[in-house]
Amino acid sequence: MDMLDLPLIWAFLIATAILIYVILDGFDLGIGILFPFLRRDKDRDLAMNTVAPVWDGNETWLILGGGGLFATFPLAYAVLMPALYAPVIAMLMGLIFRGVAFEFRWRSENHRGHWDFAFTAGSIVAAFCQGIALGAFVQGIEVSGRAYAGGWWDWLTPFSLLTGIALVIGYALLGATWLVMKTDGPLRAQAARFAGITGIGTVLFIVIISLATLSLDPRFMDAWLSTPAIYYTAPVPLAVAGATFWLWRSLRGGTDIEPFLAAITLFILSFIGLGISLFPNIVPLEITIWDAAAPDESLGFLMVGTVVLLPIILAYTAYAYWIFRGKVKSSEGYH
Amino acid sequence: MLDYFTAEMLARAQFAFTVAFHIIFPAFTIGLASYLAVLEALWLKTGDDNYLVTFKYWVKIFAVTFGMGVVSGLVMSYQFGTNWAVFSDKAGPVIGPLLGYEVLSAFFLEAGFLGIMLFGMQRVGRKLHFAATLMVAFGTLFSAFWILSVNSWMQTPAGYAINEAGQYVAADWWAVVFNPSFPYRLVHMVLAAYLTTAFVVGGVGAWHLLKDRDNRPARIMFSMALWMAAIVAPIQILAGDMHGLNTLEHQPQKVAAMEGHYETEKGVPFILFGIPNDAEERMDYAIKIPYATSLILTHELDGEVKGLKDWPRSERPPVGIVFYAFRIMVGLGLLMAGLGLWGLWARARGKLYDSPLLKKAAVVMGPAGFIAVLAGWVVTEVGRQPYTIYGLLRTADSISPLGAPAVATSLAVFAIVYFTVFGTGVVYILRLMRLTPGATTEGPQAGQPALPAGTTPVAAYLETTRDKPAE
Ligand code: HDD
Ligand code: HEM
Ligand code: HEM
Repeated sequence: MDMLDLPLIWAFLIATAILIYVILDGFDLGIGILFPFLRRDKDRDLAMNTVAPVWDGNETWLILGGGGLFATFPLAYAVLMPALYAPVIAMLMGLIFRGVAFEFRWRSENHRGHWDFAFTAGSIVAAFCQGIALGAFVQGIEVSGRAYAGGWWDWLTPFSLLTGIALVIGYALLGATWLVMKTDGPLRAQAARFAGITGIGTVLFIVIISLATLSLDPRFMDAWLSTPAIYYTAPVPLAVAGATFWLWRSLRGGTDIEPFLAAITLFILSFIGLGISLFPNIVPLEITIWDAAAPDESLGFLMVGTVVLLPIILAYTAYAYWIFRGKVKSSEGYH
Repeated sequence: MLDYFTAEMLARAQFAFTVAFHIIFPAFTIGLASYLAVLEALWLKTGDDNYLVTFKYWVKIFAVTFGMGVVSGLVMSYQFGTNWAVFSDKAGPVIGPLLGYEVLSAFFLEAGFLGIMLFGMQRVGRKLHFAATLMVAFGTLFSAFWILSVNSWMQTPAGYAINEAGQYVAADWWAVVFNPSFPYRLVHMVLAAYLTTAFVVGGVGAWHLLKDRDNRPARIMFSMALWMAAIVAPIQILAGDMHGLNTLEHQPQKVAAMEGHYETEKGVPFILFGIPNDAEERMDYAIKIPYATSLILTHELDGEVKGLKDWPRSERPPVGIVFYAFRIMVGLGLLMAGLGLWGLWARARGKLYDSPLLKKAAVVMGPAGFIAVLAGWVVTEVGRQPYTIYGLLRTADSISPLGAPAVATSLAVFAIVYFTVFGTGVVYILRLMRLTPGATTEGPQAGQPALPAGTTPVAAYLETTRDKPAE
């Protein structure tokens, strides 16, 4: 395996795992964010049942992201986790509340309202903290030697607040378009309206954050606007415009799956944009992929299993989604 | 006093607190997943719907427990980095890939098939549903395999080298994964999970039998659980003994703390109970069994066993906690085996379901597995101190560059969230356990005279929930 640039491949794999997480758990969390606007209890039950069989699998991608980073870029993991301490812990707490709400709300008529609230609050906190962590990550992290050297409030800046809000809105868009795809009748109509509003919000924030990122550091400016880079980077904003148009059109008439696909496309494009800004650093502006990578013995050892297991995982995950395909009916669930 | 609350102490408390909560759930779900697979297999094989009723009874409890296991486990996988950054940087290249394999081979498997297991009865055929249940059960076992390999490597590191950056790197992966204490720890933990589940199931069955001795599903639970207790508890004692001998070989300080011996002697007695006096380095008020420790540990009456004084204080684990926790675990193990024997005896006389005393004992022993598991882990982990990686990396040198206030705040948040959320979860589980197995409403139980329509309530219950094969 000496011929392969294992750190680069792993960086790509981990980025992909995180992107898959963002898309998959994004629509789960999005449903949590929209939950208070849905009618009790019928529509809420229905919305919940669209994700109940798959949410655990979706969240597992986050574990892969964290565990994978630990395994393949231990230095980055050791620097980033203390740097993002507060948002990471708050995110985990949010995920606890929303995760148990899936089961708990069926277990008590009296407290269903409370667990619905926990579901929403947990989803919003988790989404917001992920956004904050992203912002804090992009704006750069102070390092000395092999350790985090900043203060424990460094993650809190206007920029990170902006990315926090952006992610909440973006996840709500994913959730709304998911519901358009998975439900019928009044709930679907309501979801389509949400998709319109959050779609506008998402695109607006993509533009604002892109401009703000450019102004953070001249190196970001270089990565995007210097020639010849601009020839490769210019298609990204153009594609965003295209995806926005697709989302808008599909919401006014098209198959019910299209809005969801368009929303996913927006996320993928934003993610590619992020990659352009950050490459080749894994701790922005401080540590490169190659400096943070575990030795090749570790990368190779895990790679062997990944090559075998990842396709299998993708296959049975797809199968599970296939089994629960189509519009969800109110009578389903085992509770 | 305030000095005591250093970032290090707080981080240790936080890790112990969160992992102790976490382990409660897997200890139960590892066993329950296998139990559900067995129940479903019995149903498919015999066609006896009582097995299906029992399956459906426990699958709801499984779902609630599993949900809590997942969210508490998610916290664990980030906690290495948040609180133990130096440890993560140094040990990441060795244990990171093992955790990576856990995610790839276990967590995805569980999560991928859990949905089908819980929600799929109406969507897939019986065989496929059974396959999904099996996958979930395998997933929990794979998970135990990898995480215990990680933990065991931290106890008995092997197969590693150290690179220029000061990181541990693997020289031989086989030696890393199958490090010296791993086989013992894996067997002992999986048996512990099975016993934990058996006692919960048995306790619930017994409780319902006390109210109605003819309830068929409750009889199934009770009988199966007592078989497990009779067979697995003695094996567990044997496995524990072997685990202890392995520990003696690799971590003799830990065994000295477990035994509570300060002096190196021959013909050492076993201290049944006592109060370790660490300041004066002796055991107060000890009640002893002559020669027993030498016999257990060296298989000779006058074998020599090392005492704690053989090591400088800076190399010794805290004695008190290890000493007491070990006695709690072993005591419960003996009680479990005792209940198993009692069950065998009652069964041999054909009176398994007759003795109220046996049922009451089973109810009381219901939570015993959880307590034994926690006690066992405390022995293991506190006994490893003052190291995180035994003999290599000290706990004090493992932590993140964080201030005590940061760690204290997060610990407080964890405590509040865990107690409210998981406390509520336990209440919901207890409520599910209170429901009479096989009954959807109040009324006559299974096994009692048939209703006018010719259907027993069990059949009627199944009518409403029966699975339909795929179209
Ligand atoms: C139902 C649970 C249960 C029961 C009945 C027992 N154990 Fe245990 N024990 C565990 C559950 C457990 C555990 C929680 O699973 C531990 C912690 C780490 C591990 O692998 O197993 C453990 C650890 C553990 C250790 C520590 C090993 C080390 O840290 O290196 C020893 C020596 C024993 N056990 C020995 C015994 C003996 C002699 C028992 C006889 C009665 C016994 N255990 C019953
Ligand atoms: C297999 C997974 C586990 C791993 C990898 C692991 C690892 C660790 C680490 C890194 C620490 C902090 C450093 C230290 O104080 O030694 C620790 C401490 C501790 N762990 Fe574990 N642990 C595991 C399982 C458990 C379980 C299931 C329990 C259940 C009770 C437990 C109980 C403790 C306790 C009580 C401490 C504190 C010891 C002390 O500081 O005195 N551990 N463990
Ligand atoms: C520091 C130690 C630990 C970490 C980082 C950890 C991590 C995790 C994570 C992330 C999950 C959720 C997986 C999912 O989404 O399905 C999980 C669940 C699980 N863990 Fe742990 N864990 C630790 C200790 C242990 C120990 C000591 C055991 C038992 C031997 C164990 C066995 C399991 C099992 C069987 C599950 C799946 C079943 C369930 O969720 O109840 N873990 N763990």
